[in-house]
Amino acid sequence: MRNLNLAALVASPEARLAVIAVVVFAVMSALSPDRFLSVQNLTSMAFQFPEFAILSLAMLLTMLTGGIDLSVVGIANLSAIVAALLLTAFAGPEATGGAAVLWLAVALLAALAVGAVAGLFNGVAIAVFGLPPILATLGSGLIFTGIAVALTGGSALMGFPGVVAFLGNGTVLGVPAPLILFALLAAGMAWLLGRTAFGLRVQMYGANPLAARFAAMDVTGLLIRVYLLSGMLGALAGMVVMSRANSAKADYGSSYLLLAVLIAVLGGVNPYGGYGRVIGVVLAVLTMQFLSSGLNMLGVSNFARELIWGGLLIFVMIVNTRLVYRPRAAAKPGPSA
Amino acid sequence: MRHVDFSRNETLVALVILAFCAAATLADPAFLSMPTLTDLLRGGIVLGIFAVAALLVLISGGIDVSFTAIAAVSMYSTAMALNTFAPGVPWGVAFALGMTIGAGLGCINAVFIAGFGLPTLIVTLGTLSMFRGFMLAFIGQKQITTLPSGMREFGRMMMIRGTNPDGSFYSLPLAFAFLVGAVVLTWVILHRTMLGRQVFAMGGSLESARRVGVNVKGAQFFVYIYVGALAGLAGVIHASMTRVANPFDLVGLELSVIAAVVLGGARLAGGYGTLTGTLLGVALIVLVRNSLIVFGIPSTWQSVAVGVLILIGTGLPAWQAKRAAARAA
Repeated sequence: MRNLNLAALVASPEARLAVIAVVVFAVMSALSPDRFLSVQNLTSMAFQFPEFAILSLAMLLTMLTGGIDLSVVGIANLSAIVAALLLTAFAGPEATGGAAVLWLAVALLAALAVGAVAGLFNGVAIAVFGLPPILATLGSGLIFTGIAVALTGGSALMGFPGVVAFLGNGTVLGVPAPLILFALLAAGMAWLLGRTAFGLRVQMYGANPLAARFAAMDVTGLLIRVYLLSGMLGALAGMVVMSRANSAKADYGSSYLLLAVLIAVLGGVNPYGGYGRVIGVVLAVLTMQFLSSGLNMLGVSNFARELIWGGLLIFVMIVNTRLVYRPRAAAKPGPSA
Repeated sequence: MRHVDFSRNETLVALVILAFCAAATLADPAFLSMPTLTDLLRGGIVLGIFAVAALLVLISGGIDVSFTAIAAVSMYSTAMALNTFAPGVPWGVAFALGMTIGAGLGCINAVFIAGFGLPTLIVTLGTLSMFRGFMLAFIGQKQITTLPSGMREFGRMMMIRGTNPDGSFYSLPLAFAFLVGAVVLTWVILHRTMLGRQVFAMGGSLESARRVGVNVKGAQFFVYIYVGALAGLAGVIHASMTRVANPFDLVGLELSVIAAVVLGGARLAGGYGTLTGTLLGVALIVLVRNSLIVFGIPSTWQSVAVGVLILIGTGLPAWQAKRAAARAA
């Protein structure tokens, strides 16, 4: 009985990841107990991870269909820059009260609209014109970044009303605002994937695109909606980054792209589509953040962290391939990805 | 005379290059000159070697994004090691060392891909960050401005040197010969050896290749080690030509290189790709990067132009294929 439970525990990648997350947390706590476990560190971690965690949710969604969205960071920066242009033009740093909140809402909506249009562009390129997602989003990412550079001349935009900082630096009842935003988005994504027909179709399409087509699924509409949502998530991440940095620039967060892909795969998402869970991504985000902050406290350089991230990714893949993908591939013979 | 096939990417890219050159010449008659040509060729050396490497991986059915990190690590450690232990050795030694380091790193990729059977994109994403992280954390972060004398000397060697009637200089570095060499060697391997047939077969269908008796693991080891060696070569050439070994250079180019290769007609799914197409793809990207300014388009719009190019270049054939499939169904 006990063995059975243990077998069930290691059978799911999420459970293994939970073990890894706890181990990393425990090791870091043991190595620098007074600093890693301090309230200050825990809150600073809660402020740091939501921005790339939101990008990872976008990666989860697109990877579920067997695609990928390499343009999320470009979309994030372009949306943030459009929002920043609106804010600096109509509500300078002096703006306060109702007017400032109103303009923040307008800027937020504008950013979401930019994200949606950019995502729609990706979706049409992929679903209607049949471009491979890697190339479509690589090309569109260059275009979005390029437009952002052209709009700003490459420099940072600054000078927003004070309320803007709330999105990235504020707290509600002591809980960081970006963490609340991420929790809402993660819960929303879990609902979308697990409780709606759309979520079911996304996973069916990812598991077998041909079967989905033969089942008379509206594949074009499905993919367009997936990339549209991904673009809007990118825009939200961009707003959080803008608020935390109190500025917007065309090349912010360029290292987040690799990080978002890494987190999704670490979270057990199958990059060839069909499998991935929000809880896995959340656990992967936490693991990365524990590792980052912990190593930072131990005085390990940023670059050694990159080395450890890459190593962790490959290690988790080895474990997952040995235990998960292989038995599944043996169970259903078919075209190997 | 052979029929010109307009559905092929090579034809399309060649036509776009011709149209671009014609338009650029109309906009500025000085465009059509030796300096433009040698600038174009010089700009294509490192990108071209990378592209040949990326093409081989794509044909074999994989994708490699770590080659830029391999190049950066090889370049930086070669310059560092020679400066420390043997600053006076000829450039051949630097090249051999760089290629050996590159091949070694490529071998690490191969162990994970062939040995553990992991997806190529994930492995190379991981090693990209591992190789770069290792170099920056443990080897160094400062750029090396005084290169070993051999590399400096190589950077000054030219194949062609000349002066225009208007007094401007042009020159083509000897490094270009290495691009030609890499292209020729890769062509011979792909089209004149059993190994090359096996690489194509693997990309077409891994399982079929295995069943007809291809040593899939062996061929994968060859592909990733060869690509690593080419990347090491490109890294050392890059440092010699720019006269500095900057550890932050090169990484970030990987997706543009893959885009150039796909622009030239190679399939991401594997099993198909040509060297002609690859070189045309590289030429187009370098041309747009170098010469957009001729049309009065400011350089801030450069990445937009490259993005549009990638979307159109890969979109047209993808759309044609989709329509053909719809007609057949």
